[in-house]
Amino acid sequence: MRNNAVLNVALVGNPNTGKTSLFNQLTGLKQKVGNYPGITVDKKHGKCKISDELTAEIVDLPGTYSINPQTLDETIVLETLLNKKNESYPDAIIVVAEVENLKRNLLLFTQIKDLQIPTILVINMSDQMERKGINIDIETLKTALKTEIVLISSRKNIGIDVLKKELANYKNWNTETLANISTKIDANYFSELEKTFSENSLYKSWLLITQQEYCHFLTEAQNKKINTFKTDVEKIKKYQHKETIFRYQKINEILKTAYKVDKSKATDLRSKLDSILTHKIWGYVIFAFILLLIFQSIFEWASFPMDLIDGIFAKLSQLAKNNLPEGVFTNLIAEGIIPGIGGVLIFIPQIAILFLFISLLEETGYMSRVVFLMDKIMRKFGMSGKSIIPLISGTACAIPAVMASRNISNWKERLITILVVPFTTCSARLPVYAILISLIIPSKRIFGIFNLQGLTLMALYLLGFTAAIFSAILLNNVLKVEHRSFFVIEMPNYKVPSVKNVFYEVVEKTKAFILGAGKIILALSIVLWFLASNGTSAYKNAEKHVTTLEENSNLDNEALQKKIASYKLENSYIGTMGKFIEPVIEPMGYDWKIGIALISSFAAREVFVGALATIYSVESEGEDVGTIKERMGAEINPKTGLKRFNFATGMSLLLFYAFAMQCIGTLAIVKRETKSWKWPILQLVGMGALAYIAAFLAFNILS
Amino acid sequence: MGDTIASLRIGERGIIEDFSLDIIPLCLLEMGCLPGKEVSLIQIAPLKDPLYIKVNGSHLAIRKEMADLINITKL
Repeated sequence: MRNNAVLNVALVGNPNTGKTSLFNQLTGLKQKVGNYPGITVDKKHGKCKISDELTAEIVDLPGTYSINPQTLDETIVLETLLNKKNESYPDAIIVVAEVENLKRNLLLFTQIKDLQIPTILVINMSDQMERKGINIDIETLKTALKTEIVLISSRKNIGIDVLKKELANYKNWNTETLANISTKIDANYFSELEKTFSENSLYKSWLLITQQEYCHFLTEAQNKKINTFKTDVEKIKKYQHKETIFRYQKINEILKTAYKVDKSKATDLRSKLDSILTHKIWGYVIFAFILLLIFQSIFEWASFPMDLIDGIFAKLSQLAKNNLPEGVFTNLIAEGIIPGIGGVLIFIPQIAILFLFISLLEETGYMSRVVFLMDKIMRKFGMSGKSIIPLISGTACAIPAVMASRNISNWKERLITILVVPFTTCSARLPVYAILISLIIPSKRIFGIFNLQGLTLMALYLLGFTAAIFSAILLNNVLKVEHRSFFVIEMPNYKVPSVKNVFYEVVEKTKAFILGAGKIILALSIVLWFLASNGTSAYKNAEKHVTTLEENSNLDNEALQKKIASYKLENSYIGTMGKFIEPVIEPMGYDWKIGIALISSFAAREVFVGALATIYSVESEGEDVGTIKERMGAEINPKTGLKRFNFATGMSLLLFYAFAMQCIGTLAIVKRETKSWKWPILQLVGMGALAYIAAFLAFNILS
Repeated sequence: MGDTIASLRIGERGIIEDFSLDIIPLCLLEMGCLPGKEVSLIQIAPLKDPLYIKVNGSHLAIRKEMADLINITKL
């Protein structure tokens, strides 16, 4: 123990055992997520009071079927349980199983038990035993598994206190091994292994041999020793298979006496639901309907709170300007910080609704059916049925979507999914689309029911999906990646979602997104404000320069101030940058001011609107500019004398934003997930080229 | 002879025969798909792939290419 009264506890278990429910019951609102999920693997932990003297620090490890990892998240389980220097290395382990799938759950338990760390078995959903006709002889099971067992129902809060009492007593738990793998497989090999690594339990040493590539904590000397046992790779693979078969034999023997199911009580709700939800017609109809519902809700439900947030921050900005003493500091608050925070918070409604739906789909068990339905179709595009989850999540934000691709075990399918996800229309594109559409598309109805602006928005969503699919097909044919396809998913039983679990999930994911992405957006707003209100010598001498100009001698004071302001902006640092890239973006119909917005958008797309707002409000020097939309509508292209945001430029911008990879956050997470700069650079260049060509063509054809 | 999980029809059952260990991934074994265990086909996805099976008490979906590698004796 690190402190005299804090106990490190690890929660381990198969997916769908209610492990997270138990975690929520134990820790409640005292739980935290380590880091932004994009930066490291999501690590949920929280404190739980065990007794007056003892507090447990509980870590909810990713759900896994075995200690042998298949996915990136699962390697965390291995690393935490094997590396004694890991800050979460447990003093005690809780293995969560559930009544219906006890046999498969016990495989993981026997593996964990053999690590000889104090371990307890918790059997969840015990309240459903009677209904399902399941009878477990706990005493027999305890003796056979050499462990304490607690029956709980995490949803109904049954048995949690008993578990806490047991935890306080963890030092007295039996730490004997369960499956003596050595004698059954190869007595010589394993006794040699045991001798060489006498400091470890035998099973831990065996895991170091088989999972060496994931054990980054090993020293060079240890690796060398391990390698002496890895001369015959085929043999080791065979031993792993034998070990699993042996463990199941043992489990079967134990359960034969301790676990009884009365089959007459089994209901066929599951098979009834399955036959509808995976039906060759109804399955797709229902899925399409659910998708439609999700998108509708994102727009319909979110628009009111979003307008509210928008309005409140516009008022706050004005309020700060009016009431604080004039000066640089006030400008920073009113033009930099307040709009910056507003620009982050405005995403909460949409993100929360999307996470609410995803969490519901996963909690009920429906998501696995979607994966099952879509796998063959997605495979035609080089992806997997599991790619559906990232592609749907991508409509909120590409960052969690890229991370959601982790459970695709086939590397090529996963890579393609990661590469095409940024094409899906994320919520950061929405404010850009919204303002451009309202400028260039008239708000009229077609066929009496469809709003033309709404249809345009939908077309842009479809465009994003189409781009994703086509680039996936292209990548599938071009990429030469060695891959072996292991596609095994569990089809869990249907469940009524737990309100508590869904609530925690939505709060936690939304919070993580807002804090993670919010920092970047806020920081950039401030940087942008600074770059726009400072500049080189031409900027500093703006007032003198403009007033002494011959052509300005007849202007009244107000017009003169305006000239000074725009001259200042042109010569500010950001203006210089915008001017610098103007020749490159002119063929798409943009000027240096849009150029500034484009540069800023490379941090995050939604900065586009804020950047234009900042530029115009700095330019207007404090006078009331009206809404950003009015200001954009009034902008004139000096070369043509026509409106700057006309149909051609607007379409060109829409296409540019639909295709271009303008998100540092996504590039960083792709680098992290693919462990190479090659793929994010490919995205940046490929998507950028497509965006440039599409915008160029649109502008030149339409104007 | 020659029956595999892929040749089952919906509702049919079979017993898994010994399979070659180096073809079948460890994770499938760990999910309960072991020689000697009963397997039944619950559902086939609309485009004939993947297959939704129940084996050794677990409900799993596997792709046809994998199902084709697992020999069974039909019941």
